[in-house]
Amino acid sequence: MLNRLSVKQVKNGLKEKRFSSLEVTKACLDAIRKTDEKLHSFVTVSEEEALRDAKNADEKISKGEDAPLQGIPLAIKDNFLTKGIRTTASSKILDEFMPTYDATVVLKLKDAGMVILGKTNMDAWAHGSSTETSDYGATRNPWDISKLPGGSSGGSAAAVAAHQTIAAIGSETAGSIRQPASWCGVVGLKPTYGRVSRYGIVAMGSSLDSAGPITKTVEDSALILSVLAGKDPKDATTSPLKLKLKIESDIKGLRIGVSPQYFINGIDPEVESGVKNAVKTFKELGAEIKELELFDPNYAIDVYTIIQRSEVSSNLARYDGIRFGKDRSYFGEEAKRRIMLGTYALSSGYYDQYYNKAQKVRAIIIEDFRKAFEKVDVIIAPTSPSLPLPVGSTKDSSMFGELADVLVEPSSIAGLSGINIPVGFSSSGLPIGAQIIGPQFQENAILGFAKSFEENTQNAAWRKNEPSFTEVSKGKPNL
Amino acid sequence: MKINVKNVARLANLPVSIDEEKKFEKQLEETLTYIENLNEVDTTEVKPADNVTGLTNITREDIVEPSLSQEEALRNTKSTHRGFFKVKGILDAK
Repeated sequence: MLNRLSVKQVKNGLKEKRFSSLEVTKACLDAIRKTDEKLHSFVTVSEEEALRDAKNADEKISKGEDAPLQGIPLAIKDNFLTKGIRTTASSKILDEFMPTYDATVVLKLKDAGMVILGKTNMDAWAHGSSTETSDYGATRNPWDISKLPGGSSGGSAAAVAAHQTIAAIGSETAGSIRQPASWCGVVGLKPTYGRVSRYGIVAMGSSLDSAGPITKTVEDSALILSVLAGKDPKDATTSPLKLKLKIESDIKGLRIGVSPQYFINGIDPEVESGVKNAVKTFKELGAEIKELELFDPNYAIDVYTIIQRSEVSSNLARYDGIRFGKDRSYFGEEAKRRIMLGTYALSSGYYDQYYNKAQKVRAIIIEDFRKAFEKVDVIIAPTSPSLPLPVGSTKDSSMFGELADVLVEPSSIAGLSGINIPVGFSSSGLPIGAQIIGPQFQENAILGFAKSFEENTQNAAWRKNEPSFTEVSKGKPNL
Repeated sequence: MKINVKNVARLANLPVSIDEEKKFEKQLEETLTYIENLNEVDTTEVKPADNVTGLTNITREDIVEPSLSQEEALRNTKSTHRGFFKVKGILDAK
């Protein structure tokens, strides 16, 4: 049962010598063996490396050497390069790709003492919000395996929810950490763009890509962020601003913005009431709730579609099958669609109409948030307009991801910080998530609100819910 | 909105079958139609946002550091020649 612990609980246990890192690691590997046939959270399980890392950590602990994540088993999304561990980004093009260096994020986690359990499943190239477009098969939602886990970091979110790991790392371009965290009922933090280095992450939308933790608790999220954050000479977009982590869970007198535009048409009524109840909890805790008019998030779909496809077409141009990977005939359908739309949008004669127009509306969205944060400290909204959707929902819907991510796209486009927290369950036993959006580099604020909610709902009945690992309810695939 | 999939696939260097061509044409045109409502937003006075970080001219010290060995750099390719990447000829390509 050691696999069920949080990062902090494992840290304390190791410190007090109640168990070893090897024992925790073996408990996680056991859980993976028992449940991954059903869930398929992992593309690669690195058992050998995990056992080696754990033994090393135990030795260091016995010598009294401390590090922030000493001996903590983690799962890493398969788009982070890991030296000597196959990295596929869930695409057959990279089926045999063996990185010769580590992503900065991975290097930092190694320096902090992590034990690497393996690489988690994702939508191929992170193109999607379902983990169903993985070339290695879909990941299933542990709460109901007839449902999708969300994505693109669906493997990481499912692995954390199913206690196959202590915590995981994901990446988000627009929603790919927060949305699967919402659908799997875990905490997912998307740091400010530029807070965490992108070096060594398989590039998707370079002006949007952010890496962050997916965890069981808010405190774990903050701890891992403190390891990941910082300027990296290898990524010129990383900010010189230092992260001074100080999480205040006293939110009395702080202002929360709630925007009617984020409770969009067609939103699941249980999601709506779940999030509104969370807002009520914040009010009871002393926060001031302000209604806020925000720029219609539906336009963010258009902006994101154009910018992301354009950047994808440029980033995936490097896959020529010469230096590494297979040739371009191995791209899946979704990647082909995105590359072609981006190529079209950037092609001569269309640039102004699409890319330039999208960047202008992006400027409007950035300004809209800037003004909003003059009036409020954070914004709270549903993370996803729907509950987890049935497996098969993405078939024949080339805009599935964009529609599922409508509420997370605006803040990603503006490069803001955001966090998903679980706020309850639907009558069918599926998780409901709320997102707390903060200004750039205000991770302290959103983590404070998240912690405050977590502390004050610790004894709520729904906190005792357990993933079923079975098919609970069948539904029609639609959005 | 009409899209010439064959031409775009050529620009993107993507092999696309005739069946795929039809399917992609329909799907890409759907997407283009979907994003048309961006034209409802007035952007006459707006400058495009090319960067959310506010950072400009970021440089680093130009220091020589150990990098990948030749062997490591070639590790993931199938086709080498005397320690180099082997590529197709380009000058006589159509």
